[in-house]
Amino acid sequence: MIVALNVGLVALILGLAVWAIVAREPFAAVVGFIAYGLLLTLVWVQLHGIDVALTEAAIGGGLTGALLIGAATRLRGTEAEARAERPGPATRWLAAAVSVAVTLALAACVLVLPVPAPTLAPEVAAHMAATEVGNPITSVLLAFRAMDTLLEAIVLLFALIGVWSLTPDRFWGGRPGLRQGYDANGILAYAARLLPPIGIVAGIYIFWVGADRPGGKFQGATILAAMWLLVMMAGLADAPPIRRTWLRALLVAGPLAFIAVGLVGAVRAGAFLAYPPGLAKPLILAIEFALMPTLTLILGLMLVGTPQRGDTP
Amino acid sequence: MNVPTLFGLCAAALVGIGLYGLIVDPHPLRKILAFNVVGSGVFVLFGAIARRGAAAGMGGDPVPQALLITGIVVAFSATALAVALLKRLSDEAGSVTLSSDAPARAKSDAGHD
Repeated sequence: MIVALNVGLVALILGLAVWAIVAREPFAAVVGFIAYGLLLTLVWVQLHGIDVALTEAAIGGGLTGALLIGAATRLRGTEAEARAERPGPATRWLAAAVSVAVTLALAACVLVLPVPAPTLAPEVAAHMAATEVGNPITSVLLAFRAMDTLLEAIVLLFALIGVWSLTPDRFWGGRPGLRQGYDANGILAYAARLLPPIGIVAGIYIFWVGADRPGGKFQGATILAAMWLLVMMAGLADAPPIRRTWLRALLVAGPLAFIAVGLVGAVRAGAFLAYPPGLAKPLILAIEFALMPTLTLILGLMLVGTPQRGDTP
Repeated sequence: MNVPTLFGLCAAALVGIGLYGLIVDPHPLRKILAFNVVGSGVFVLFGAIARRGAAAGMGGDPVPQALLITGIVVAFSATALAVALLKRLSDEAGSVTLSSDAPARAKSDAGHD
């Protein structure tokens, strides 16, 4: 039974991936891609990666989908021009041959993976107690491979700076995105009043529970960012101008706190990002609390995009 | 066929499908979309390998799973930057073509800041 479900899931995913590539309209392709992202969430559940499933649903399907829907709507009408540039049959056949070759090579690798599979799970299990965190993923993210997470937070910040740096000169320092219309009796404004209290509680819960169960700051921050975006899209609140000092301070606060904790480790425990014995849990919590507002703001602002107007509302 | 192998083969196919779209489709938004399909194929392959490493009472090797979370977030930020570049290109040039021999309408129509 479960085998049939898995085969069906694979067939659906492959079908949606093909649809996302061949659909004529970019908008239709993006809608297919969002469904694809949500089905991938089920793949992660089947592969016993609940934390990854939450991330995929929140970021891979949700935020990326919203971003691409926005772009597809903006770029409507550019498809005809692009279609005229489609490469000829020779290039297409060559591309198909290359793609099939890559797939076959990867499939061969999958079939000859070593048995028994190499794993670091026993290592993680042996040393998890030292971090005092109950979720192995969280202890990898914030203790054993904390450097990756630090660099990831910095990558997010740099990506946002990259998005902002595309601002036309006359709008520099202004508010990102376009002014949203406000309809007091509209369903969007209604949803934007009704959902955030629930979403904020859910987001903070997923953030908090991440220490011991599946969840964590990225998934929680995405939900909080989604609630903020809903309020902005309904016109209930406006995006802050990017020249605001408080905004910039909050954006760098998370990575700076992370680096500060790393330096404490360098002095007290002998290595950058090492935790002194007994202080692992408090320091991990400090990093997570500092990163949470930064991540929420970065994820939300990245979706809103570059400033397109001055800083007057 | 066991579950990791099934999804591993699915991932191999996803990489191929995405790669084809990335090469063939000239529209930049479709290229971003195709690139995300390739990326998710790589993620699923990595996730299947993580599942094979199940041990010590864990359903999968937590180290690759944690790296996957990092990867998904970084893929999102790269996509957001690419979309911002594309929107700016469309604003400046009035078209989204990447072809180098297309007529440069940007210089005559839109001007530069």
